[in-house]
Amino acid sequence: MAKVNVYVTLKPELLDAQGKVVQGALENLGYTGIEGVRVGKIVEIEIADAAGNIEGKIDEICRKLLVNPNTEDYRFEIEKG
Amino acid sequence: MKFGVVQFPGSNGDQDAYNAVCDVLKQPVEYIWHKSTAVDGFDCIIIPGGASYGDYLRPGAVASLSPVIDAIRGYADQGGRVIGIGNGFQILCEAGLLPGALMTNSNVRFKCSYISVRVENNFSDFSHKCTVGQTLSLPIEDYQGSYYCNADELKPLESENSILLRYCDKSGKVTYDANPNGSALNIAGILNEAGNVAGMMPHPERAVDDILGSADGVLILKSIAQRLD
Repeated sequence: MAKVNVYVTLKPELLDAQGKVVQGALENLGYTGIEGVRVGKIVEIEIADAAGNIEGKIDEICRKLLVNPNTEDYRFEIEKG
Repeated sequence: MKFGVVQFPGSNGDQDAYNAVCDVLKQPVEYIWHKSTAVDGFDCIIIPGGASYGDYLRPGAVASLSPVIDAIRGYADQGGRVIGIGNGFQILCEAGLLPGALMTNSNVRFKCSYISVRVENNFSDFSHKCTVGQTLSLPIEDYQGSYYCNADELKPLESENSILLRYCDKSGKVTYDANPNGSALNIAGILNEAGNVAGMMPHPERAVDDILGSADGVLILKSIAQRLD
């Protein structure tokens, strides 16, 4: 079995409203020098080796469902079990 | 003339849409279950508001892969009229039936209030009962209603007159302050290129009687019904 971590992030040119709020909260906590915060998400997928062509399948899954290409970028890491 | 109202797990505007067609337009209407694979026999399909699939992943993302959306894609390709309201707009964008995407409101607030929108286009099947520049008072109820599309998609929206509604102040001026969520160009509703698919974040089906705060939504609903006659 392989474990795949898919990282989905807002495109860098887009305003990340959530990230801005988190950044403000960090400043409220007294942390100085925080120059930017962006919030993304991780999707952990477990996939049987027998499924074959894991990289191709995960890429397809990202494009079909996990990622909105209008607003998001993605990358993934495959850990072989 | 028959309307259809799609129901997904988590839809909550379905009954409002159904009642608006039934009680206000006095037209036949049926629910369409999200697993339906055919939408024949309908003259207009309403994809209602709510939080289909709990808004998991992204609002509308999971619903956009439902069997009924495949059927609606074929129906729309044949010129069938489709209107997505709130979550319905998000679903149509996720399905690629409308350009762009709805993002988290720029002020990170769930907005639930009556707002004013300016009618930008009054030749569409969804707005011909309005006049250009008319201000409608309609409710919004969303957290992810900030319309975004890239510059290549935004230009044709403007040049093809596909912007249906824009957020404005009470006097009808489209201003920065009147934009409740950071939508590009204050966009509240758009049409597809062919003009038979519309999406909007405000809810006309919830503004159908003065007792609800506004009856301006009736103009949108009557536009659809009368064009179908």
